[in-house]
Amino acid sequence: MNKLKIILNGIINENPTFVLLLGMCPTLGTTTSAINGMGMGLATMFVLICSNLVISIVKNVIPDKVRIPSFIVIIAAFVTILQMCMQAYVPTLYEKLGLFIPLIVVNCIVLGRAESFASKHNPFDSLLDGLGIGLGFTIALTLLGCVREFLGTGKIFGATIYPEHFGSLIFILAPGAFITLGYLIAFVNKLKTK
Amino acid sequence: MVVVLTLITLIAGVLLGYVQKVTHDPIEKAQKAKQEDAVKQVVPEFDNAPIAEQYTVEANGLVLKLFPATKDGERVGTAVETVSKKGFGGEISIMVGFNADGSIRNYQVLSHNETPGLGSKMGEWFKTDKGAQSVLGKNPGVDNLTVKKDGGDVDAITAATISSRAFLDAIANAYAAYTNNTDAITGATTQKGKEENHE
Repeated sequence: MNKLKIILNGIINENPTFVLLLGMCPTLGTTTSAINGMGMGLATMFVLICSNLVISIVKNVIPDKVRIPSFIVIIAAFVTILQMCMQAYVPTLYEKLGLFIPLIVVNCIVLGRAESFASKHNPFDSLLDGLGIGLGFTIALTLLGCVREFLGTGKIFGATIYPEHFGSLIFILAPGAFITLGYLIAFVNKLKTK
Repeated sequence: MVVVLTLITLIAGVLLGYVQKVTHDPIEKAQKAKQEDAVKQVVPEFDNAPIAEQYTVEANGLVLKLFPATKDGERVGTAVETVSKKGFGGEISIMVGFNADGSIRNYQVLSHNETPGLGSKMGEWFKTDKGAQSVLGKNPGVDNLTVKKDGGDVDAITAATISSRAFLDAIANAYAAYTNNTDAITGATTQKGKEENHE
């Protein structure tokens, strides 16, 4: 498989948010602003790359029967490392993402890629797949965050575009997440069928 | 099978232990810096070490941390790390600073889980001098610091009355802790001051 294709596959053809619809919990929960969405995307990308790489390296030593527990231990270890590092070096972002960081462990994107890609391909390809899927997830979350922040508060990445009181609050709240996601998926599908 | 799983868990455990060791100090430092920042923001200028001199006081069934601020030996204010459990999304934690006369100097919201865009506005709302929004300069012992809906003097955050109530509840808890102890302490300090004057 072409190397570039692996990365693009994660961003476009198998975009975890817009196509596979995986990992909806952090997608809907953290995208109240563009920066939060991006932070969550990057955090997931880090875990994805590390876990994909390690799993594809050790895949031959792991017996089939304990495959899933082993993957989970590896993923959980990386998530905990990430959590501690974020808490130490970027405490403000950590506070915002809070609960969602430990939840990366059970994010089906991470385990899904480990099972469907990393356990069948060589380490380098797996790393690229992690990068591609991670980028796809980050782009989707940032986009979703941008739209919600823009419609809700009139800002993008904290920069004011129009006065806040014209914003419609629902886009910051949970229903807005569903509405925005629905329209974005429709939009992406429309683009793809053209 | 068992061996492999045990091995993986073992390696993961050792790795985590190592990272924990490395990040332990920065994490503590970051938390301390945050606390120090909050104290600095809410009390008048001081020359002591409020964090080092902190003590706890029980009030309204809660145990709250108080950070005394003194300048040239005189008590200029107190920061109280207070909580309210009545928030819309759970606990709200606030650092409130009182002047020596018991009026609110400033506050900083430390953590909350209120609705973004509604209750989350409390970080700025009660500082903004608009209508009867601001609580700065008010004295909870004199002014009626409850929302107008409850017969008080404070404008609640638009569409977030519960969050506003919780915020003011936290302030009330802070004030209770503050008055519970400062009576004794100011008594002590003034006496000490008098003695020094005599000398």
